[in-house]
Amino acid sequence: MPILKRSCRIIGKNLIKIVSLLLAVSIIAFALVCASPVDPVQQYILGLGTAVSPERRAAIEEYWGVGQPPVQRYLNWLSKLLQGDMGESSLYRRPVAEIIGERFVNSLALMLCAWVLAGVLGFVLGCVMGMYQDRWPDKILKKICYILSSVPTFWLGLLFLMIFSVYLGLFPIGFSSPIGVRAEDVTIWQKLHHLILPAFTLSLMSFANIALHTRQKLIDVLESDYVLFARARGETELEILRRHGLRNILLPAVTLQFASFAELFGGSVLAENVFSYPGLGSAVSAAGLNSDVPLLLGVTLFSTLFVCVGNMIANVLYGVVDPQTRGAER
Amino acid sequence: MIQKNETLLEIHDLSVSFRMYDATLEQKELQVISNLHLRVRPGEVVAVAGSSGSGKSLLASAILGILPSNASVSGHLHYKGRELNSQLQKELRASKIALVPQSVNFLDPLMRIGPQADGHKKPYPTEKRREIFASLGLDERVEKLYPFQLSGGMARRVLVSTALISEAELIVADEPTPGMSLSQALHALKMFRALADEGKAVILITHDIDLAFGFADRVAVFYAGTTVETAPAEDFCTGPEALRHPYSKALWRALPQNGFEPIEGFQPYAGSLPQGCLFAPRCPMATDKCRCEKPPVQDIRGGEVRCFYAT
Repeated sequence: MPILKRSCRIIGKNLIKIVSLLLAVSIIAFALVCASPVDPVQQYILGLGTAVSPERRAAIEEYWGVGQPPVQRYLNWLSKLLQGDMGESSLYRRPVAEIIGERFVNSLALMLCAWVLAGVLGFVLGCVMGMYQDRWPDKILKKICYILSSVPTFWLGLLFLMIFSVYLGLFPIGFSSPIGVRAEDVTIWQKLHHLILPAFTLSLMSFANIALHTRQKLIDVLESDYVLFARARGETELEILRRHGLRNILLPAVTLQFASFAELFGGSVLAENVFSYPGLGSAVSAAGLNSDVPLLLGVTLFSTLFVCVGNMIANVLYGVVDPQTRGAER
Repeated sequence: MIQKNETLLEIHDLSVSFRMYDATLEQKELQVISNLHLRVRPGEVVAVAGSSGSGKSLLASAILGILPSNASVSGHLHYKGRELNSQLQKELRASKIALVPQSVNFLDPLMRIGPQADGHKKPYPTEKRREIFASLGLDERVEKLYPFQLSGGMARRVLVSTALISEAELIVADEPTPGMSLSQALHALKMFRALADEGKAVILITHDIDLAFGFADRVAVFYAGTTVETAPAEDFCTGPEALRHPYSKALWRALPQNGFEPIEGFQPYAGSLPQGCLFAPRCPMATDKCRCEKPPVQDIRGGEVRCFYAT
């Protein structure tokens, strides 16, 4: 099956890129930590608030390779990392891998909702704007998109909190589950209820971008020679959208959608902080503010991986779906 | 026997202009087709010849009613005696008038050839399309291909097939031959000739003039957005003495086999058309009258010509 073979080749190529990129990011991140005045050992002990036993201290110093040259320290750290040991967070007193896993599930739910919402809404509104180019539905929607893309996400989040949570009382003010309820008693509906506002805020960030891109792409398609020919053959505007429009704008839209993982992750840091949502985004800002080096390094590497995988999916999809790319690679 | 006298499409005094904004953002009208006359009868191939930028392709869009929204049209178009307004154009586009576009760019790049040639109308004419493909020498596997996988000649035949599938009475072929080898071009022109012989009318927009002479019944010579002369094709084969308009004569002499002799000057730009006869600035026999007044269409020796001094 040629499609399978081609996808494997694209994935293979991308995997090599991802691994080398992760390596580069780890080197830079580690070098930055070394250059910073933050001492991870000191930070860990300070965070504890009490004295540590000499054995414990020795174990921590061993993990960070105190007294060794930076390159040796990096290699030490890297080999531990490759064995799955990401260290222990000085802020949360738990293994970093565990925190990331837990937080990522929360973030993933948030980002996935925002991602789907932004993608679907952006695409549909982009199509509407493109079909009504320069008439009033387009003009109004375009203005809204411009406003949305120039307003900062956190400000919008605060505004939503004030309107929907404080004045109208429709949604909770923060967190991912109600306060005072045991974790095992929280229902899925309560979780969703807490998710709506942050997800909506996050989706508004990339939504305008997707809508404007889709609009422009659809306009390009509608001005193309093949649409002129379709008109000459008696196709109505709706038939043109269905037969030629969607077909030709779906590919760039899908690529854009998967390439927006980076933006999404960046946006989630702000959105999660505004809504006190316990995801990766709020963890990374807490780690930064509290000089929690292991957590910071862990999240940095993890988010790199996340964004790269998003881009890789976009590449693979493009190669599989677009007959022209398929033909060109042959 | 086909009635040669019945007019299928009559274009009378057609002008097309575009609203444009110039450098100072001032709106102005750019006239690209002026006072054009053309008559097409069933069973006939009318070649529309002229240099690039003379408004040939826009004529096709104007007939089909698919001009861009900033274009305005004046004058009269009649189809079988009925006023060809946008309502009728919409009706005819789907059934009676077919466009054969210029290039592969007019095919949707992401749609397979088969469904694309079938068109949007249900039930899909798949069986008929397969017969037509076969008659055009298009392999069965072509229907599974995408446009970028076609050769130039194949793409051309696919485009022509769309007109055949539609059972149109009037076929407007917009420069179907550029980029083809001589034998491919001759084959394409033969196809159009065959269509006309079946009783359809063909408007063949082209600048391969010398090729068109051999296949057309009449030739309309375009200059700066108007027809300066419409003459039987034989007159172009005979030579300049049989032609009526000085531009047609100059065009004839400019052909490689007829001396390759260019004339001075260039075609006026749509924004700066002369007041009188559009050809007056380049015409060797122009007088003051030509520079002030637009010459009307005259019937001379079985052809139509726009010149005060035509004989």
